[in-house]
Amino acid sequence: MTTYREAIRTALRRLLLEDSRVFLMGEDVGRYGGAYAVSKGLLDEFGEDRIRDTPLCESTFVGAGIGAALGGMRPIVEVMTVNFSMLALDQVVNNAAVMRHMSGGQFEVPIAVRMATGAGKQIAAQHSHSLENWYASIPGIKVLAPATVQDAHDMLLAAVEDPDPVFIFEHQMLYGIEGPFDPNATLSSPWKAAVRHPGSDVSLIAYGGSVHKAMTAAEELEKEGISAEVIDLRSLRPLDRPAISASVSRTHRAIVIDEAWKTGSLASEVSATLAEEAFYELDAPIARVCTREVPIPYAKHLEDAALPQVPAIVEAAKRSVGNG
Amino acid sequence: MLRIRRLEEKSAELYAKQKIRGFLHLYIGEEAVGVGAMRALRDDDNVVATYREHGHALVRGIPAGEIMAEMYGKANGCSGGRGGSMHLFSVERRFYGGHAIVGGGLPIAVGLALANKMKGESRVTACFFGDGATDEGEFHESLNLTALWELPVLFICENNRYAMGTAFARHVSDNDIVNNPPAYGVHSETVDGMDVVAVERAVHNAAESVRETGEPRFIELRTYRFRAHSMYDAELYRSKAEVEEWKKLDPIEQLKDRALAATLITGADIETIERDVAREIEEAVQFAEQGEWESIDDLARHTYARDLS
Ligand SMILES: Cc1ncc(C[n+]2csc(CCOP(=O)(O)OP(=O)(O)O)c2C)c(N)n1
Ligand SMILES: [Mg+2]
Repeated sequence: MTTYREAIRTALRRLLLEDSRVFLMGEDVGRYGGAYAVSKGLLDEFGEDRIRDTPLCESTFVGAGIGAALGGMRPIVEVMTVNFSMLALDQVVNNAAVMRHMSGGQFEVPIAVRMATGAGKQIAAQHSHSLENWYASIPGIKVLAPATVQDAHDMLLAAVEDPDPVFIFEHQMLYGIEGPFDPNATLSSPWKAAVRHPGSDVSLIAYGGSVHKAMTAAEELEKEGISAEVIDLRSLRPLDRPAISASVSRTHRAIVIDEAWKTGSLASEVSATLAEEAFYELDAPIARVCTREVPIPYAKHLEDAALPQVPAIVEAAKRSVGNG
Repeated sequence: MLRIRRLEEKSAELYAKQKIRGFLHLYIGEEAVGVGAMRALRDDDNVVATYREHGHALVRGIPAGEIMAEMYGKANGCSGGRGGSMHLFSVERRFYGGHAIVGGGLPIAVGLALANKMKGESRVTACFFGDGATDEGEFHESLNLTALWELPVLFICENNRYAMGTAFARHVSDNDIVNNPPAYGVHSETVDGMDVVAVERAVHNAAESVRETGEPRFIELRTYRFRAHSMYDAELYRSKAEVEEWKKLDPIEQLKDRALAATLITGADIETIERDVAREIEEAVQFAEQGEWESIDDLARHTYARDLS
């Protein structure tokens, strides 16, 4: 068993060892060891040139990562958390995403950007955002959300290898989780959704941190005789629409779980996809279990109440199958 | 300089005829900056420019026809019709674009220089930007980062006294940009941007210093745009008299007068140059006119390396 954090570090080490174009940069990735201790020890092994502590200038160091990628390097940029990535959004939206197209295919930006996302640590409104959906709405970039230890490793390898800009969202509650891990496993395509728990009565569609809540919900539903299938979206852009429709074609019911605010969320996108592509497969209305539309509060009971929780998923599933 | 002037006069004409659409920012009046600077750089240096970049692209070696075709939005344009006037690109000429988010190109230049440094290449990355860009945080962040990491960026500020309609004194606190870079330990100087010879000399020296030391430098080139900010600008913010005053410093006329006085060229030479330039521009327009429109079937091409759908 390995932790999510160690799996990412293993991938980082492998990339740094195998490819001299790869380097890591971001705030406190070196001396400090990374805000979530992901890059701990890498500075000693690889030196300051390849493990770069940046000043506090998200826009410019993300932009510099884009420039370095244009210049032939394979930068991995760590933005401490999605909350601070707002300062670099211009570089993402107006440079990374458009460079290939706007230059008529002449320039590409093979950058990998990692950041922590999500709530659950009582760090209040400015440190608890889930804004993956903003990124996932931008053509020109790709967005991954590893939910498992193996994916945390494999998706980073895939992101660095990819010729396009890839953004990886690591849920902050996952860094410490343990799970099975094989550093030499054959890489599965990161762009496909996965069935994490097979079932026949209802689909629980989730990504990132919410996958674990969906798994717990599926176990509870099982005790009540309801067979739930858990779909881990894995890639948020491109979205594996065929897999979503296929699951609902098996179960005919869908609950979409997303830690973002409901309005304009990925859950909305998944729901619309089902309405467009699997409408006649549905035996019940689609339900979304999302974060309440408030800034994430500090107090534990309020934060818990704001976020999607297992009982809400269970209840939505039961209502969907008609015994809620 | 004459090539830029005539290309842009033609562009304005074609804009009126609606052959060219969207935003069109003319460089007329500022040609000495682009020409002097570009000639001081080497072919294997990197260039990052703004949306006012027709001149830079042309002097850098992108053929006038490909520039014109890009402004038309044709497939034979230098960005395949996807960029337009503000987004000229050329991978062979290491021309990393026309950037239209003010200040947005600066971090890209920082990163290009970082790549070169890490790969042990002795390239200079020349980054052009306006006086308005110095208001942006990215300007200050980029100076700090290049100085801190000793990155070979040559910052070239084209100070044309206005950010759209906001005069320099109304957007820069101490009314002098040249004082900013030294606060970050970056060498800084101001040069007459209407004098192409002075520009070339200064940029050459600065670029060679960046190449030798690997450290950034900043040059402010004082210039003036004779035309409106873009084709939508009614120029309410400045007087005709002010524009006329600056026109007396026209960089092309200045060079012409000096070269004639020094008997480096004759009136006949000038006529020949004018004729050659006129032919080049005419051929460029033909190239654009004859270009094909990209098929709508290829709309999504170049969004990703491989089609995702
Ligand atoms: C971030 C951003 N803010 C505002 C604009 C709108 N805008 C376009 S050009 C311009 C003025 C820029 O002035 P300057 O940097 O001096 O360049 P110049 O146009 O004079 O060459 C503004 C405000 C923009 N393109 N990008
Ligand atoms: Mg200006």
